[in-house]
Amino acid sequence: MLTIENLHVSVEEREILKGLDLSVNAGEVHAIMGPNGSGKSTLAQVLAGKDNYNVTQGRVLYRGEDLLEMEPEERARRGVFLAFQYPTEIPGVNNAYLLKAALNARREADGEQPVDAFEFMRLIRSRMELMNISKEFLNRSVNEGFSGGEKKRNEILQMLVLEPSLAILDETDSGLDVDALKIVAAGVNSLRSADRAMVLVTHYERLLELIVPDHVHVLSDGRIVKSGDHELARELDARGYDWVQQEAASA
Amino acid sequence: MATEQKEITDLVKRKYEHGFVTDIEQEFVPPGLDEDVIRLISQKKGEPEFMTEWRLKAYRHWLTMKEPDWAHVRFNPIDYQAISYYAAPKSQEDAPKSLDEVDPKLLETYDKLGIPLHERARLAGVAVDAVFDSVSVATTFKEKLAEAGVIFCSFSDAVKSHPELVRKYLGSVVPHRDNFYAALNSAVFSDGSFVYVPKGVRCPMELSTYFRINAANTGQFERTLIVADEGSHVSYLEGCTAPMRDENQLHAAVVELVALEGAEIKYSTVQNWYPGDEQGVGGIYNFVTKRGECRGANSKISWTQVETGSAITWKYPSCVLRGENSVGEFYSVAVANNYQQADTGTKMVHIGANTRSTIISKGISAGHGQNAYRGLVRVLPTARGARNYTQCDSLLLGDKCGAHTFPYIESRQRSARVEHEATTSKISEDQLFYCRQRGLSEEDAVNMIVNGFCREVFKELPMEFAVEAQNLMNVTLEGAVG
Repeated sequence: MLTIENLHVSVEEREILKGLDLSVNAGEVHAIMGPNGSGKSTLAQVLAGKDNYNVTQGRVLYRGEDLLEMEPEERARRGVFLAFQYPTEIPGVNNAYLLKAALNARREADGEQPVDAFEFMRLIRSRMELMNISKEFLNRSVNEGFSGGEKKRNEILQMLVLEPSLAILDETDSGLDVDALKIVAAGVNSLRSADRAMVLVTHYERLLELIVPDHVHVLSDGRIVKSGDHELARELDARGYDWVQQEAASA
Repeated sequence: MATEQKEITDLVKRKYEHGFVTDIEQEFVPPGLDEDVIRLISQKKGEPEFMTEWRLKAYRHWLTMKEPDWAHVRFNPIDYQAISYYAAPKSQEDAPKSLDEVDPKLLETYDKLGIPLHERARLAGVAVDAVFDSVSVATTFKEKLAEAGVIFCSFSDAVKSHPELVRKYLGSVVPHRDNFYAALNSAVFSDGSFVYVPKGVRCPMELSTYFRINAANTGQFERTLIVADEGSHVSYLEGCTAPMRDENQLHAAVVELVALEGAEIKYSTVQNWYPGDEQGVGGIYNFVTKRGECRGANSKISWTQVETGSAITWKYPSCVLRGENSVGEFYSVAVANNYQQADTGTKMVHIGANTRSTIISKGISAGHGQNAYRGLVRVLPTARGARNYTQCDSLLLGDKCGAHTFPYIESRQRSARVEHEATTSKISEDQLFYCRQRGLSEEDAVNMIVNGFCREVFKELPMEFAVEAQNLMNVTLEGAVG
């Protein structure tokens, strides 16, 4: 599904990713963990196509095609979804409108007919229930005046409706209380399937108790320095990141 | 990236959609202005003596006036002697008695513009008075309106068929000496619409006028007068387009509204005059005086305008709140793209006690556009308990455009409350990226964000025109971000 080879990325002359390799197959959930400033969010942003990030070396293949050559909207239409760490507010644009436009952009790319308002409502009702989102929520402006938890739940609702092939979740657990975390995890888990891959970028292990990953990677100073399974995440939670960084430095 | 650049360039070069010229025989008064020309216009229109005198009085006063220079706009001097002050489709000579007699080419023009003169009008429930250059071409639904007692006709007709009403109200809100362009309009105005809604009548449909400047080297000086008698209600919409021409054309209109006790007038404008090309060549100079007077207690006047066109817009739809508890509203979206200049806003003059006014202004600047909001809130000593709320938001697209806000507040009444809020923002990279990550193209994302910005104003428009306004906005701003 996703192959990242020797990826080097700089922002304003400063190198953030320094030769990152990662391979994600369909059906797998990968967690990328690491201390602040290790480059986790940069990775998420680069995969989604944000500019201001200079890829100086390496390549990224998505289903065998050069992902970095595609415009952000093209990536989205082909099934790459980023759940933002800080979802942007768009005053005056209602939630339902954006979501429907996004869904229809995706459907058009797949050669499907656009959905009308009636079909759209039918389609999202059960997903809204799952995310514990009320109907009034749809008529509010995108993310405007949302609490942190509402923003994150909204991101996951969008993901559930758009049904991406590759979902990247950037610190979706940050700022959530336990209840909200459970709702978000239930949403994510409902989308796990054999033909879909997920990359969870996170700082804390607690999300991974609810969304159990197949692989866990530690990102440090722009490189993946250690990989393992769920046990690795638990060990990091217990011992912190220092030992991994030391291990990497001495290697 | 290279292809994207190209697309954006193409879009920027996109042609003005209503830029066609109708090839139709027209009758002109030769360019130039003097008392003879004014008499000739008056005579051609078969006006009674009082109108001719009124025009001449205005003309003589105009000669003593100077063009205002305080607006935040720049343009070359206008040669008022080079303008033809009257142009009419020739077949008008023997005025059409019904739609069947209207030149089919003219109807075709309206068809292209999407104005529903025939069946479509009835379906939409809109009565249209279409003004082509100087003459009102056809007024639909006269009969149905007549049943309700509503008078909706061209100004020329009104002068002949209801001279007492015209005499009573003409110039009573915008006197001929009000300002340079109003004086000029008073002298030479050729046509426009007249509406009278009798006591207690709720006008059964939206009234609508469509203006189009077709002939070259003509000015359009229409005059609209709407009188809502006690307890009546009317909603009126005007739309405007013009063909593309390299020279600038002058549009100096006057609109007067009178709301008597308990009456309500809602006046909406979707203005899409030719804005000039991307180099700033050509386009309409839109110098318009619009004012409404809430003459009676508990009356209400509401202006909604969507201004996407014109090279220069100079326009301040205003409310004089004379009656106690009367209400004035102004909702505006003004766009300045390419080299467009807009200096627009409103005046709210509080005279009566407990009068209230609301101003919501949304300015959008793109390209090299300059957009100024200019608003006056004046509270006189008589206006006990007057309240005003003003919200003035500017959105910038790109880094070569400008937004300016000139609020004037004059309060002479201690109990009055006047609030002013202003914001300036840019479409952020983050907003664009967020939308694109959800699969929207950059253009669609910009349109969506801009329409969101304008939502408070668009929702004030009558339903069928809100969609038109939204589409117009998308066309106007295509390629504005890149």
